[in-house]
Amino acid sequence: MNRISGYFKSLLLVELLRGMAVTVRYMFKPKYTMRFPMEHIPKSNRFRGLLALRRYENGEERCIACKLCESVCPALAITIDSAPRESDGQRRTTRYDIDLFKCIYCGFCEESCPVDSIVLTSIHEYYFDQRGQNVVNKQQLLAIGDRFEKQIAEDRTLDAPYR
Amino acid sequence: MADLFLHQLVLPVAYILAIVVPLIVAVAMFVYWERKVIGWMHVRLGPTKIGPWGTLQAFADVFKLLFKEVILPAKANRFLYYLGPLIAVVPALAVWAVVPFDSRMVVSNANAGVLYLLAVNSIGVYGIIIAGWASNSRYALLGAMRSAAQVISYELATGFCLICVLILAGSLNITEIVNAQAGSKGFFEWFWLPLLPVFVIFFIAGVAETNRLPFDMAEGESEIVAGFHVEYSGSPFALFFLAEYANMILISFLSAIFFLGGWLSPVQGWVHLDAPGWINWLWTGGFVWILIKAFLMSFLFLWFRATFPRYRYDQIMRLGWKIFIPIAIAWLFVSGCMRYFDWVSVGVGA
Repeated sequence: MNRISGYFKSLLLVELLRGMAVTVRYMFKPKYTMRFPMEHIPKSNRFRGLLALRRYENGEERCIACKLCESVCPALAITIDSAPRESDGQRRTTRYDIDLFKCIYCGFCEESCPVDSIVLTSIHEYYFDQRGQNVVNKQQLLAIGDRFEKQIAEDRTLDAPYR
Repeated sequence: MADLFLHQLVLPVAYILAIVVPLIVAVAMFVYWERKVIGWMHVRLGPTKIGPWGTLQAFADVFKLLFKEVILPAKANRFLYYLGPLIAVVPALAVWAVVPFDSRMVVSNANAGVLYLLAVNSIGVYGIIIAGWASNSRYALLGAMRSAAQVISYELATGFCLICVLILAGSLNITEIVNAQAGSKGFFEWFWLPLLPVFVIFFIAGVAETNRLPFDMAEGESEIVAGFHVEYSGSPFALFFLAEYANMILISFLSAIFFLGGWLSPVQGWVHLDAPGWINWLWTGGFVWILIKAFLMSFLFLWFRATFPRYRYDQIMRLGWKIFIPIAIAWLFVSGCMRYFDWVSVGVGA
């Protein structure tokens, strides 16, 4: 009996038609595609993306060359040299390099920073087209911070109640 | 002299252009539509970038292919290598000479239209075999062999299906086959009803003959890379592509003609209204109906592709020889009885 019903089932294409019903149902479902450059997936304000160095509102750089980020970095991605600044003798970095290939975007540097200087922004769309561009220096990091300061400050304000 | 010039040169060329140009545009839009539909069934969007909603995507692909270099494999047979795609594409275009789009809209109203159709259509497989052999590549040869065996076995089933149609219609003329499906009961007069199993077999065998999924053993991307056209690039590849899609559209048209009443209206005989000509075709029939029917049948090709995994080779052979051909032969007997004892009305009150 079972064999006969199975025979007729396959002869009447029952299972094939059932499969086609599934695909045609999916045809009218809303699509998952995100048209990437035009559309973006919503991002958390805690998103850990490209690194940046921030400044105070008067334009003074925040970093005081305490090197806590360098020592906490689990991937040894940060390299810092420091010296007294020539104009006023304050302790400042002369070199602040981050190797973005080594960086694992853990955010420890941001956690450890006493002056909120090094931060992880929500930028995740960036690329290098030449060898060596993966190492970003102090000027570049400050420029990133300047450019996205508004976003960075907003993300920090949103997260503040939970810290 | 001028008369001879007109009848021997101008008119044939005009006929050829009138068939081939719309066909090529239809193939391009069909490729776009395929990618769109399969995208939707995969819950994706499909092409969206080129032209409005991506409609010009296929043309972009065609021009990309035409501008690409044609690479001849080092040990390939030069003559046969270039002959293969031509042999594949010429029958795919030539078959359209006997395909009627309306009661008087056909290039050649041949009396043995079905014979011409079967004969020319089966030349196409030589293109595949020659291409696979001339490429001098293992994958291409395997693909060509699979394709040859498959197309030949399924052609038998298709032939038996058409014989059933011929028995009912009593004619080899394709226009008369469609006229034989006319009647007062609308779409119940069409041959799909008395020949339902044959209709299903004909369409599935057509899918197999065009080497489309789930019967695409000749290409079988995951097994033999791209099968018979693995060594082809640029415009010869575009010709294979054109032939494959033109054949798909042809099978859709043939299913519409032989089983779904061609240009006849599905409500023929039910609606008797006196209306101006531009809306009259809705119930008296017209070429728009055959386009609609062929479009729906060709949608099935895409639907199959999005749904079914590829058959194993022995399964394809088993399906063709042990299931389709016996059923088709059995129905040959049934349709003979239908004709002999007048169980179906053929071409009454058209």
